[in-house]
Amino acid sequence: MRLDLVPRGHRSPVVEALSPALAFLAAVLVGGVAVSLLGVSPAAAFSVYFIAPLSELWSLQEIAIKAAPLALIATGLAFCYRANLWNIGAEGQFVVGGLAGGMVAIATHGSTGATFWILPAMLAAGTLAGIAYAMIPALLRVKLGVSEILTSLMLVYVAELLLDYMARGPLRDPAGFNFPQSVTFDDAARLPSLMEGDTLHAGVLVTLAAVGLAVVVLGRSLFGFEMRVVGASPRAARFAGFGAERLTLAAFAISGGAAGLAGIVEVAGRIGQLQPTISPGYGFTAIIVAFLGRLSPVGILVAALVIALTTIGGEAAQIDLRLPLDLTRAFQGLLLGLVLGADVLTRFKVRLVPGAAR
Amino acid sequence: MSLDLVQMILATVLAAATPLIIAALGELVAERAGVLNLGVEGMMVCGAALGFAAAVETGSTLAGALAGIGAGMALAALFGVLTVGLAANQVASGLALTILGLGLSGLAGAGYVGLKREPAPHLAVPGLSDLPGVGRLLFGQDGFVYAALALAVAVSWFLWRTRAGLILRAIGDDAAATHSLGLPVRGVRFLAVLFGGGCAGLAGSYLSLAYTPFWTPAMTAGRGWIALALVVFASWRPARVVGGAVLFGGATVLQLHAQASGIGLPGQLLSALPYLATILALVLLSLGRRRGGSLAPAALGRDFTPHR
Repeated sequence: MRLDLVPRGHRSPVVEALSPALAFLAAVLVGGVAVSLLGVSPAAAFSVYFIAPLSELWSLQEIAIKAAPLALIATGLAFCYRANLWNIGAEGQFVVGGLAGGMVAIATHGSTGATFWILPAMLAAGTLAGIAYAMIPALLRVKLGVSEILTSLMLVYVAELLLDYMARGPLRDPAGFNFPQSVTFDDAARLPSLMEGDTLHAGVLVTLAAVGLAVVVLGRSLFGFEMRVVGASPRAARFAGFGAERLTLAAFAISGGAAGLAGIVEVAGRIGQLQPTISPGYGFTAIIVAFLGRLSPVGILVAALVIALTTIGGEAAQIDLRLPLDLTRAFQGLLLGLVLGADVLTRFKVRLVPGAAR
Repeated sequence: MSLDLVQMILATVLAAATPLIIAALGELVAERAGVLNLGVEGMMVCGAALGFAAAVETGSTLAGALAGIGAGMALAALFGVLTVGLAANQVASGLALTILGLGLSGLAGAGYVGLKREPAPHLAVPGLSDLPGVGRLLFGQDGFVYAALALAVAVSWFLWRTRAGLILRAIGDDAAATHSLGLPVRGVRFLAVLFGGGCAGLAGSYLSLAYTPFWTPAMTAGRGWIALALVVFASWRPARVVGGAVLFGGATVLQLHAQASGIGLPGQLLSALPYLATILALVLLSLGRRRGGSLAPAALGRDFTPHR
């Protein structure tokens, strides 16, 4: 028996929309089997993972807060991945953005007088730091032909260690009883809350604005078109005279800036100070989100909500059902694999040829 | 410095280099066949978890190593089905494999955190192992170290001295041309991916069975990624993998010694050294190669679907 893949003449939009949903369904089924192997009823687990978080206001807010950085980073990454550029160091750009923006907050801590500029300055510093950090692998690739995959990933470890050093050393709160954390930011350096007394903060609006902008740029601008062509057919892009070097730098700047902005939004929104670690792996999870959303901004928004739901559900399952958090991570990895596998349905017609030699 | 101290340092360098050698050799074979598997870290960490679990259950280091190989190959098979069978994107599939592997290893190793066992036994040849200066270095290592060096010789011989190796390299350079010669492109690629997974799993089991004889979550700490960089650094040649791994092992050991002796630099800076060294090595390599063109297999990372 032989498996033949026959390229499709044109892509069907129905199949394109169905294939991630199909992959999600398959991942849930496999997850159900895994859960029952761990001695928990799949129905109970399903309800804790996917139903319960949707039924309470606080967990809905948590989902929005977790989905916001994921969607913001993934939207930036979509620019890279569409152009076949592999920035997998968004986690590092996120950390550096949070660090740079946080340093603005710490430097202006306790200042009197006009403070309205502090928050915008923090957001700008975070974004710029993310861009600058992403420029390292981008320039190495453009100028020296060094694989951006490995350099961007290595820089994640460097960024994490830098933040760890800064939070324990130079930026530590001198009056903080030696706890490895900075001063708590002033109110002027915090993103305002959207609901009085609740956790939902204005960072969610930042993400929505970025996604809206990305829809326009990717779908309606020459730049977005160039990006798609470079990824789909580098040869055609060369003939059309699109500068590959310029597009590479731009794609990295966008993804690095988005990750850096997400970093400072997380620090100024939820955390409110600098700590040795500020990210539960948002930069890596965002890669899953980007592909789950098929590299389109709206799809990414939906995918970020789904992944955030499984993360919140995973935390609840750890407490309620004693299911380990690693189960959630394995589920997310499996989901990405299945999404990529299901992609074959959109690109090819799969035919089984019985009896044929391999 | 006394001769024995030099020998001791060299032995620790070799020990730090061993997992990198094994994992990088496996990845080298897969990449020579044209498949870029970024999931080395995931396969490695699963090899570490399952290898340790199996060794604890059976009491045998060999059973642990075999379980590690099996774990790596199982994940590699999944990757092979996706990328070779279904022509999925190799970069993204490799990332999925890493995330999946980190999660699965946490699940599999959960019951074994905090347990300890004897590290894999070291070779002891009466007379030879006690030779001053070189005895322990040459005749007193554990089995993994010798396996790694033997593997380097075997991979080198296979790729350049056998017909099968020639076919594998040809597939990595031009899949369509080899397909038109009637060679089984997808079959060879799948086997190469499996071999890479087995090696990554073995490298992981070395970490939890010999290097630090216990299991902690995510204990590979980026070694899988360094192994990937090593393949590029070695310009896809097994002998250079060994040389490069010894250099990286040296950087790791140097950093550990510097931390222990407290030379006044922040520990985080020293911990960052292996990653910075990797970037530096890649930069230097490409600087030295400005005019020579790329040495990578020409079809690396490109999927292949035969059209009929």
